[in-house]
Amino acid sequence: MKISIQKEDFDLGAEVKAISANPKIGAVATFSGLVRDVAMTLEHYPGMTERAIAKIVDEAKSRWQVMDCAVIHRYGALQPNDRIVMVAVASGHRGDAFAACEFIMDYLKTRAPFWKKEQTRDGAQWVEAKATDDKAAERWKS
Amino acid sequence: MRVKLRVLYFASIREKLGRDAEEIDLPAGVATVAALRTHLRARGGAWADALAEGKLLRAAVNQDMAQPAAAIKAGDEVAFFPPVTGG
Repeated sequence: MKISIQKEDFDLGAEVKAISANPKIGAVATFSGLVRDVAMTLEHYPGMTERAIAKIVDEAKSRWQVMDCAVIHRYGALQPNDRIVMVAVASGHRGDAFAACEFIMDYLKTRAPFWKKEQTRDGAQWVEAKATDDKAAERWKS
Repeated sequence: MRVKLRVLYFASIREKLGRDAEEIDLPAGVATVAALRTHLRARGGAWADALAEGKLLRAAVNQDMAQPAAAIKAGDEVAFFPPVTGG
C-alpha cells in the first residue's frame, strides 16, 4: 500500500509496476486526474490528508479484494494538463479492481482535505464543492 | 502536557482570517465544535464573516472529520475549513 501527498509529479507506469509483483494479481485498475483548462494551487492539511486517505483505503479493503494499491495526490502550483491524482488498485479480478478504484476516488473527492484555488481571468478563486461529488460518494452507501 | 487548544484554518477560511493556526485556552463552557465556532465568531469582524452562521463549513477534531456536536477538550487539535475540492 502506498499513500503519498507530494509536490512532485508521478509516473503512473512505475506505480502500477510496483504494485503488480504478486503473481496472484490478475487485474490492476487505474485512475488519473489532470488539471483542466486553468492553472491552480492545491492546499491540503498535512497529516489529516494522509490519515483520511488511509481510512478510505481501509474501507475499500473491507468491501473488495484489494491486494495492493497506490494513491498519490499532488499539492502546490499546477498547470493545465498536469497530473493531480492517481489511484491504482491491484486485485485478483477486474470487478474488484474497478469498483475499489472508483470508490476510493469518489470518497477522496468528498472526504480528503484538499482545496483548489484556480487562477481565473478575474483573479484567483477558490473552487466550490460540487453536489454531484456528494452524490457520487453517496451511491456507495447502499 | 498540553493544556491549550490548537485551532487550524484552511483555504478560504485561512485567507479571510489572515492566519493558519493559533493556540487558545479552552474557554469555560465550550465543549463542542459548534460551541467553539460560536465562541470564535463572537470575536466579530473577519471572524463573524468567515465562521458566519449558516455558512457551509467542515471541521475536524484531531485530524478526523467531526460533526458540530463532536466533543472537544484541552490539548485537542481542531480545524475549520470549507467543503473539500480535491481529486
